[in-house]
Amino acid sequence: MTTAVQARNFDEFMEGIWRQNPVFIMVLGMCPTLAVTVSAVNALSMGVATSFVLICSCALVSLMRNVTPKEVRIAVYIVIIATFVTVVDYAIQAISLALYDALGAFIQLIVVNCIILGRAEAHAAKNPPITSMINAAGMGIGFTIGLLSLGVVREILGAGTLFGVSLFGANFQPWVIMVLPPGGFFVLGSWLLLFSWWARRKEVAKNV
Amino acid sequence: MSTEIPVSVSKTTPTVAMVRTLGLVSAVCGLIIVGAYQSTFDAVADNKRIALERAVFKVIPAAKSIVEFLVLPGGAIEKKVGASDTAVGALKFYAAYDDTGKLAGIAAEGSAKGYADSVRLLYGYSPDCQCIVGVGVVSMRETPGIGDKILVDKAYLKNFVALDVKLNAELSALANEVKTVKHGTKTNPWQIDAIAGATITSRAVGRAINDSAQALLPKLVPGLDKIRSKP
Amino acid sequence: MSETAFQIFVNALLANNFVLAMFLGLCPFLGVSGRLDTAFPMGLATTFVMLVASLCAFGLNLLLGHLHLEFLRLISYIVIIASAVQLVEMVMKKYSPVLFRALGIYLPLITTNCAVLGVALFQTAREYDFVQAMTFSFGGGAGFTLALVLMASVRERLQLSNVPDVVQGTALSLMLAGILSLSFMGFAGLGG
Repeated sequence: MTTAVQARNFDEFMEGIWRQNPVFIMVLGMCPTLAVTVSAVNALSMGVATSFVLICSCALVSLMRNVTPKEVRIAVYIVIIATFVTVVDYAIQAISLALYDALGAFIQLIVVNCIILGRAEAHAAKNPPITSMINAAGMGIGFTIGLLSLGVVREILGAGTLFGVSLFGANFQPWVIMVLPPGGFFVLGSWLLLFSWWARRKEVAKNV
Repeated sequence: MSTEIPVSVSKTTPTVAMVRTLGLVSAVCGLIIVGAYQSTFDAVADNKRIALERAVFKVIPAAKSIVEFLVLPGGAIEKKVGASDTAVGALKFYAAYDDTGKLAGIAAEGSAKGYADSVRLLYGYSPDCQCIVGVGVVSMRETPGIGDKILVDKAYLKNFVALDVKLNAELSALANEVKTVKHGTKTNPWQIDAIAGATITSRAVGRAINDSAQALLPKLVPGLDKIRSKP
Repeated sequence: MSETAFQIFVNALLANNFVLAMFLGLCPFLGVSGRLDTAFPMGLATTFVMLVASLCAFGLNLLLGHLHLEFLRLISYIVIIASAVQLVEMVMKKYSPVLFRALGIYLPLITTNCAVLGVALFQTAREYDFVQAMTFSFGGGAGFTLALVLMASVRERLQLSNVPDVVQGTALSLMLAGILSLSFMGFAGLGG
């Protein structure tokens, strides 16, 4: 019995990390994904902030699922999400102003990140709090991994550093375009290309 | 996916239920927001003050403490109290004092359009030499590796060791406009030698300083004696 | 220093294009840019909503500033934008059914478009006055439309060409967006 529950929980958790990864598979929440991933630190903080909002909102939405009439559900979700985004906004200001300036308006724009509203509607509204929190945590971690894989590549190529530590010494000529807007599109495009090439290879191998 | 919500069994929900839920949600959310705001208020204010002090101390190295002042449109100088909204047309500046409480310099903000977006910067003004003694960038989105050289280029930063911003005899404007000139052609102490290849950003810095100093200094200098020592 | 209305417009339209330089509104940009005849109405509808949202946000900000309730800004912006979109939809349905048929299906989607909330947040952060705010939102909307139309035209052409299977789909759209974004970088410094 317990193993069955555990397996189900594990499945809920892994859904967001791998099978339904919000960045690479569902291609949702693109705005912060591309805008803040100029460095690994920014990407990580954005991922953590979004995960926090995701988990808290899903918990509250799920708690209230039995008293929310369906006519006003979207309004309820939006208000709940906006609340937790405001909390995160103040928390980041209290932790580090430098980080707050680096992320800019994109902290507040977490509100309109489709991942969160999507999870609230598709999962939290139908499942008990614990399950939906586990699912939300998985999604959040999946989103963070997605952001990190962009942030790391862009920082290494565009600035020659990783988490602010210089990697190549003084002679490295940074590939500046990678930390500019076009670089975001190119790096994400390349990741998706890699995944689709890999999926195809697996398919071909299976057929042979 | 919107049709398969198993929450409401009946087809129409009574208005009372909707209003009740919305009211409940708003109340809970309001509580959470106010709680978060109250509990982070001090930490945020502290952070902002530390960030401001660090920025001002960078452009006026002798400074140990700062006081925020406003110049009202009429020319009166008054200490800024609290975070209340500033009067229309009032200019903000920071007076920096050394450890004996004597005026070490004035810091003020300026901004101008750079290559990508506005360049906002903070400059330090020394009343003794009537010149700019330091410049720091508050925010910018200039091209990394080109425009952001204004932060690190040694030859360029030498412009702001003593950039002349003397007022004319009537104290109505700067005696010489701060001007950015092409790389290697600086001849006067009020000119800024641009970085080769980053002329637009260099020029934005010059324009930001000039615009802000033209507006602030004619009003500030006549009242300077009032703020010589720390209030 | 205050920017002139023209500078703000050119910047929002080209140099700091909402989609290609600031990454706002990417979901509809990738989702609706498949065909030109849907991309253009979508752009128009978004521009319209942005103007309305900008107007509401401006008034709301004055009110909140007056009451010293700045910490409620975000939550009230999003609620007012959502309500404004609903209201616009209802008014349009009643008085201009033709317009409603053309734009109606896009309106609900726009509520969660970050470009709309972005316009409200940016105009607040930059302390724009009324004229500046309206110009900014109009320029931003026009920029969004421009990006959408350009992208849709390119993608329509691509339908006719021979693309390797692996590249098909989102990866290809992102690469295209990257190239568009690269060319829009050439506009930097234009509004100086």
